[in-house]
Amino acid sequence: MIDALGDPQSVLVLGGSSEIALATVKALPRNRINRVVLAGRASAALTSAVEELTHSGIKGVVTAEFDATNTASHERIIDEIFDAGDIDIVILAFGMLGDQMEFESDPNLAVQIATTNYTGAVSSGLHVARRLRQQGHGSLVVISSVAGDRARRSNYVYGSTKAGLDAFAQGLGDALQGSGAHVMVVRPGMVRTRMSAGLPEAPMTTDAPDVAKAIIAGLRKGKHTIYAPGNLRYLMGVVKTVPRPIFRKLPS
Amino acid sequence: MSKNDVTSPLVRGENEELLTGWGRTAPSMAMVQEPAHMEDVQAAIVHAGARGVLARGLGRSYGDAAQSGGATVLRMPSMNTFTLDPVTATVTADAGASLDEILSGIVPRGFFVPVTPGTRMVTVGGAIAADIHGKNHHVDGSFGSHVTSLTLIDGTGAIRALSPTDLLNSNDFWATVGGMGLTGVIVEATFNVIPIETALMSVDTERGANLDELMNKMIDADARYRYSVAWIDSVSTAGRGVITSGEHATLDQLPAAKRSTALVYEPKVVATAPKFIPGGLINKLSMRAFNEAWFRKHPKSRAGDIHSIAAFFHPLDGVQEWNRVYGPAGFLQYQFVVPDTAGHVIGEALARLRAVGAPSFLTVLKRFGPANPAPLSFPEKGWTLAMDIPTGVAGLATTLDGLDELVADSGGRLYLAKDSRQSPEMFRRTYPRLAQWQEVRSSMDPHGVFTSDLARRLQL
Repeated sequence: MIDALGDPQSVLVLGGSSEIALATVKALPRNRINRVVLAGRASAALTSAVEELTHSGIKGVVTAEFDATNTASHERIIDEIFDAGDIDIVILAFGMLGDQMEFESDPNLAVQIATTNYTGAVSSGLHVARRLRQQGHGSLVVISSVAGDRARRSNYVYGSTKAGLDAFAQGLGDALQGSGAHVMVVRPGMVRTRMSAGLPEAPMTTDAPDVAKAIIAGLRKGKHTIYAPGNLRYLMGVVKTVPRPIFRKLPS
Repeated sequence: MSKNDVTSPLVRGENEELLTGWGRTAPSMAMVQEPAHMEDVQAAIVHAGARGVLARGLGRSYGDAAQSGGATVLRMPSMNTFTLDPVTATVTADAGASLDEILSGIVPRGFFVPVTPGTRMVTVGGAIAADIHGKNHHVDGSFGSHVTSLTLIDGTGAIRALSPTDLLNSNDFWATVGGMGLTGVIVEATFNVIPIETALMSVDTERGANLDELMNKMIDADARYRYSVAWIDSVSTAGRGVITSGEHATLDQLPAAKRSTALVYEPKVVATAPKFIPGGLINKLSMRAFNEAWFRKHPKSRAGDIHSIAAFFHPLDGVQEWNRVYGPAGFLQYQFVVPDTAGHVIGEALARLRAVGAPSFLTVLKRFGPANPAPLSFPEKGWTLAMDIPTGVAGLATTLDGLDELVADSGGRLYLAKDSRQSPEMFRRTYPRLAQWQEVRSSMDPHGVFTSDLARRLQL
């Protein structure tokens, strides 16, 4: 249970090796945390995520086998996790970036990322929402992206999956409004992680711990949408109004 | 919206409601039912869903004791009849009857409840479940000590009659007293009431210039008065305060003209807090002004003032929904007890909370008498301090965790009816008879039907 001071006892991360999610778990007030479920495909990254969190003194870190693309398994997996005890905060953090040029040369690859980033999130997000609704409390944090705010030539497949995810999460939040369960959409700009390694840095690029701080502050205030960093909200407000012929010519 | 007749698991049900405690923090959604008969309570238990059942009274516990996310919550004040037997001086009441209703019925007939907390807006069921205490604890003990029998619906839906004197079920009785509603749903109880000659209180007031003086005067006052409590100026570094002590006024203490109306009881609500207060009215400035004014308002020493029952026992009930003054973020009350030998913890707690700038306008110090046999009952012989604190204060979580350590190290504990943030470890450490209680509880609720957000948080 979240206590009167907003400190959670249990966290579920879908996409258990996500750097933003791990930074968030690490930055949460940890005096009360007794259960952290890192759900993801078995991998070295997931194993080291457990070690990293446990090593930093967080209690009750475990893994659960979860594949975003295997939507048929989501109901069973999510039910098992919630049957073992209430979850105060769910972080939906899985997602791939991919390479726009490869998507264009092999659309099958584009389908893969669309299935992971969007289809997998719709499926697992709805199952999580059902369980949060049943337990009558809890927050779902959905890691979206500013890439969904406006399509860009350089990453529009990725951007479109985030645009779809973002719209889904907004609507889900409205569906859960007043139910005790709450959805917060997080739109980070470029974050220095494994996913973005090797790419040129965009303006206002941040690190995962900065996004984590913004997420925790947003949860405390019961926000529905946050940008990370917060000022990106205004930049994106401008970006969205730039006419397409000009936008197309802007450096990406 | 569905073109076909599909019900979405996300759509809000008809009887669903977001519930919080008095502190208005950490809400959760529950299916609320208002039972009209004992059979309704039984049906709710027998047909309980996976999230269980919990009884709720008037929602005056500060934290998460009377809420349970996803559960069926029985709002008990829908069953609120009671009868007074003046010969045996007992009241038999539905669990949902409030002390407010009972006082209105029995005071004019010359009786008073054995224990009342700082609000009369609590139900009999809640009074037993939290084993509430009042200004007379050092003389009379807590509410559960005055209950002679109660009727409870257990986890199988069976009716149980429990009594502290029946060897076959006195363990069940004491597990229910202070049991936070987790042993079953109390539907009715009989408790002793005390005779009074008037509906008035004879009140003596004394100021203490610092904490030592205040505490010494309190020890002194406890030997002489049935009721006593001290208010502490939480802003003052000295720990100054005001002790109010009292007795039920006798007829001959009243002027002759007032004796014919001696038992008239008319508590009044003078105001209601506004629905929405942005950010709360409570800040360092308003707090300083309030504490100063409150201290000045009381004379250095005065004896024999005649006050109404409401003014003496329930001053805050005069402002309805006063919990809104802390604003939308809500507040908590930190209340602990420490043994007499650890009186220094009082000063230390005040200092630490002052240091983080946690303003409190309701800081109350009181001495407890001996504990009763209930394993989860809060009071034990010693000092109890209660402070209202807005939750938005920076650094509050760490400060309170530190205070928890100090309280536990001193052999003290926190009051579950006020708690909204202690850790399961702190709770287990400070309620050493938990295992004994859990054993009785599992016999009364073998399938684990009764649970609450508090029970989940503390792994009760």
